[in-house]
Amino acid sequence: MKLDPAIRDQVLATVPSLRAFAISLSGNIDRADDLVQETLLRALAHIDSFEPGTNMPAWLFTILRNLFRSEYRKRRREVEDVDGRYAETLKSHPEQTGRVEFEEFRTALAKLPSDQREALILVGASGFSYDDAAAICGCAVGTIKSRVNRARTRLADLLAIDGVDDFGPDRATRAVLAGGGRN
Amino acid sequence: MGEGGQDDDMKQRKTNLEPVEPVAEKPQSQEPMGRTSTPQKPEARLGREVQARIGQQLRAMYNDVVSQGVPPHLADLVRRLGEQDAEQ
Repeated sequence: MKLDPAIRDQVLATVPSLRAFAISLSGNIDRADDLVQETLLRALAHIDSFEPGTNMPAWLFTILRNLFRSEYRKRRREVEDVDGRYAETLKSHPEQTGRVEFEEFRTALAKLPSDQREALILVGASGFSYDDAAAICGCAVGTIKSRVNRARTRLADLLAIDGVDDFGPDRATRAVLAGGGRN
Repeated sequence: MGEGGQDDDMKQRKTNLEPVEPVAEKPQSQEPMGRTSTPQKPEARLGREVQARIGQQLRAMYNDVVSQGVPPHLADLVRRLGEQDAEQ
């Protein structure tokens, strides 16, 4: 029994976002690609348990997340590479986002507890509903909402974004002034 | 087959972030009449602009990877496994 080409294409179509999720979890492109590969192997070996017509991305993300979690427990002693390799995977960044600002954001995101980070990524970047994100993480919808809210609040703190004004053209100037004040 | 729809769906998805609760829609000074002021932690009030900015950066970072597409070795893997018997 060969794999239904339509199912196969659904799997392939999910790979790019699966990689993006894997990188945001592991912070490391090599581990991320291993994780995606392992996910695909496992998914295709158990493709019979996927119900056609249901959410393929959510199914694959669930597998990947579970793999990451079990691997993470095993490798707990390894230090997560939050600063190094991730940047190397990014070939460009949008024009509206300055390099420094982009780095600040990435570093701040890496400082979030992993459960908050994954919730934020799933809902805010992958485009999953809160329900789907809860299913992927195996927790209640309310838990996802609370993690997302805490993640955003913490991010705003880390980025020292207090309000709208901080996004104005004066932000850099004020950052210099704030940095200069030694009291 | 219509599998293209799936692809489009993933690419065109936008954030599903709901407003941080409770959202400060209006400046703090405008406390509605007759409504008891409930104490809120300052950090619970993120403005819309801040939320939008965080969401924007998040997606920019994520989509950077998404736009790299499917690495050839992973595409090969899926095609190869797809040709095999599922029980193998």
